[in-house]
Amino acid sequence: MQASEYDAIVVGSGISGGWAAKELTEKGLRVLLLERGRNVEHIKDYVNATKAPWEYLHRGGRTKAMEEEYQVLKRDYPLNEKNLSFWVNDKESPYTEKKRFDWYRGYQVGGRSLMWGRQSYRHGDIDFEANTKEGLAIDWPIRYADIAPWYDKVERHAGISGSREGLAQLPDGQFQPAMPLNCGEELVAGKLSKLYDGRRRIIPGRTANATKALEGRAPCQYRNACWLGCPYGAYFSTQSSTLPAAAKTGKLTLKPWSIVSEVLYDRNTKRATGVRVLDAISEQTTDYSAKVVFLCASTLNSTWLLMRSATDVWPGGLGSSSGELGHNLMDHHFRCGAEGKLEGMDDKYYYGRRPTGFYIPRYRNLFGEKRDYLRGFGYQGSAGREGWSRAVAELGVGGAFKDQMALPGEWTVGATAFGEMLPNHENKISLDPTKKDKWGLPVLSIDCATGENEARMRKDMIADMGDMLEQTGVKDVRTYDNEYFPGMGIHEMGTARMGKDPKTSVLNSHNQVWDAPNVFVTDGSCMTSASCVNPSLTYMALTARAADFAVNELNRRNL
Amino acid sequence: MASEMKQDDSIGGTATGIDRREAIRRVTLLLGGLTLVGGNGLLTGCSDRSRPLAQDSKFTPDDVAFLDEVADTILPDTKTPGAKAAKVGPFMALMVTDTYDKSDQDAFRDGMRKLDEASIKDNGVGFMKATPQQRLTLLERLDTEQKADTDAREARKKEKERRDKQSAGTATAVAPTDTGKATGDKFLPDERKENAPGAPEAGGVPAITKEPPRHYFRMMKELALLGYFTSEIGYTKAMRYVESPGRFDPCTPYTKGEPAWAPHA
Repeated sequence: MQASEYDAIVVGSGISGGWAAKELTEKGLRVLLLERGRNVEHIKDYVNATKAPWEYLHRGGRTKAMEEEYQVLKRDYPLNEKNLSFWVNDKESPYTEKKRFDWYRGYQVGGRSLMWGRQSYRHGDIDFEANTKEGLAIDWPIRYADIAPWYDKVERHAGISGSREGLAQLPDGQFQPAMPLNCGEELVAGKLSKLYDGRRRIIPGRTANATKALEGRAPCQYRNACWLGCPYGAYFSTQSSTLPAAAKTGKLTLKPWSIVSEVLYDRNTKRATGVRVLDAISEQTTDYSAKVVFLCASTLNSTWLLMRSATDVWPGGLGSSSGELGHNLMDHHFRCGAEGKLEGMDDKYYYGRRPTGFYIPRYRNLFGEKRDYLRGFGYQGSAGREGWSRAVAELGVGGAFKDQMALPGEWTVGATAFGEMLPNHENKISLDPTKKDKWGLPVLSIDCATGENEARMRKDMIADMGDMLEQTGVKDVRTYDNEYFPGMGIHEMGTARMGKDPKTSVLNSHNQVWDAPNVFVTDGSCMTSASCVNPSLTYMALTARAADFAVNELNRRNL
Repeated sequence: MASEMKQDDSIGGTATGIDRREAIRRVTLLLGGLTLVGGNGLLTGCSDRSRPLAQDSKFTPDDVAFLDEVADTILPDTKTPGAKAAKVGPFMALMVTDTYDKSDQDAFRDGMRKLDEASIKDNGVGFMKATPQQRLTLLERLDTEQKADTDAREARKKEKERRDKQSAGTATAVAPTDTGKATGDKFLPDERKENAPGAPEAGGVPAITKEPPRHYFRMMKELALLGYFTSEIGYTKAMRYVESPGRFDPCTPYTKGEPAWAPHA
């Protein structure tokens, strides 16, 4: 129980934690970065990054034994032979599902920044103003102008490639050159833009893959093997981007295998004094003290930690005085859209494996339109020529069949909608009083479902893509709904929302916990509404902004 | 032909660069822990006797040799090497053992027997003794059979979904379930498309092995295709594989006959 003193403690080393560590150390603070899982060293520990695809025993697939071992992961793509070591062990870290909630976690240095989808979009004022305009939940305490400079800052360092489009609903950023649309996508994009006068348009997916070299990072080599860890450091991860910057200051201490069991709180000063760390291997506890604590453990995990902290003062945990801690859990609902075939392109192909696709920015409930639901959705999609796996459905055996299947197949195009999920007090997490994890911590119980608004929106999400493909001359158009359960988006948001009033929110406009101003929560927990765009870039910007504020407040001796 | 098999053809290494120990480890795994005794242990795959195949769930060297020949009839040597050269038989046995449910394993093994019986019925000899043309003719017939079976099953499934949707009305809260479904979204720009069948640039692996269809020849064909096109030969000889393309050309001319660019690792 020996105490060690730091200026700041950052809990979690994923996208948000990496940014907190970088910003705080670069501003001169001595930072302890705590990670509950193992260390993953950049490049060295990307054990499959340069493995040939044929070297996997089951060629990347999943076995019955794996399905037995990973009861949650098996529900979707994370259970695979290629990067399984980056995903959580479900058995060690269980949780309770009041309703089905797929929780895909990455417990290691770098967190899910190692295998994230990398799509990076800004929220606009349509997002920050939505709640208040509709009289729903509570207003965001910030507007686009508050966060725009921080988006600028993080985009420059992270390396976001994209095109400038001049759209109010999807603000442009500090982009590296976009990864272009391929010729199939261009064909559809041109027609769509003409049909809708640019209000609906296909743009290159904005992605955290560098197209130009950055410090210590080579540009993308178009291998599209990002989720194995990139030996070129071409996509943004903690390891490629923020951790080296933080380490360079000489002020960073990184401690893997460190589970923070609680934030230590002094009821007299009304401040946190540090954290208690449970060593994941030895199970010894150690206290560390610091002037500020940044919680960046990921959406549900930061709130889980708050619920275990200062319970002698607030039975519901640190930040629970508003009654909103654990509430308003959100995700993006998706897995529906449409696809079809492109004709007349048989003499066209492409080269290189682009690690992004196209994006169709939100257009519903904009431009004066009013649907029978609130908010909107965007599409992520791509066009390409079919590969060998088309052979499974085709009739044929023998030499001619084999040679034919080794050729590129027909051009297909399709897109999946990502829809905004409304904040709802009833979607919540709590401590399960009956179940504990491997380390004796009471596990989270998750109770979350989509509602009527999502169901109505989903009809448009499916029908619109079908219509747009039909209208642009795509053949054999088929709409689909592959079924969605909360969590599948791996965009968990909310449970410790920002707001203007301590009575209705957990965090203020600078991500400070109202009940403990030297505790900041800057991961997805802080989200007051979900937008329809991928959220990680916003966590980066909010983290950098909060870190700047924290250091200024420390210098003014306000913390 | 089985009788021309060299020993190495029947051991399970799938790649150059996999050393002998690894190859033996794999084949041991796929033989269910059976230890290799003597250099010719695997050569008995060229047995003259027609099946019966072993009734337990382990694949014998005979079985593996049989699967090699089935795969090689589906995907024979042409201007590029075929399935046997790509060691697809051992791969099929491994995948059935490791990734199939018990009921599908049984269906697959029963299918091996049915296939051999069909050969005897058509040609008077088991599959291993049939001529290449006899084998091809038989598999073409089985392929038509499996396609009709699969189409009918899919139509039934669609009809059921339609009816379920009609009767379900508005969606209600769903209790935690394990559907085991991992369909994926094949046009997503990130790794989510990994599971999607037919995704333009995905490996397509998990989807194919996810829900093995019931007709035994569908299973065999799927595994043969998967085993072949994800082998080193499939990647580098049948298709064109560039480990690190270094650039993205969004639009290039394509001349018919040029192999596909292989998907990523």
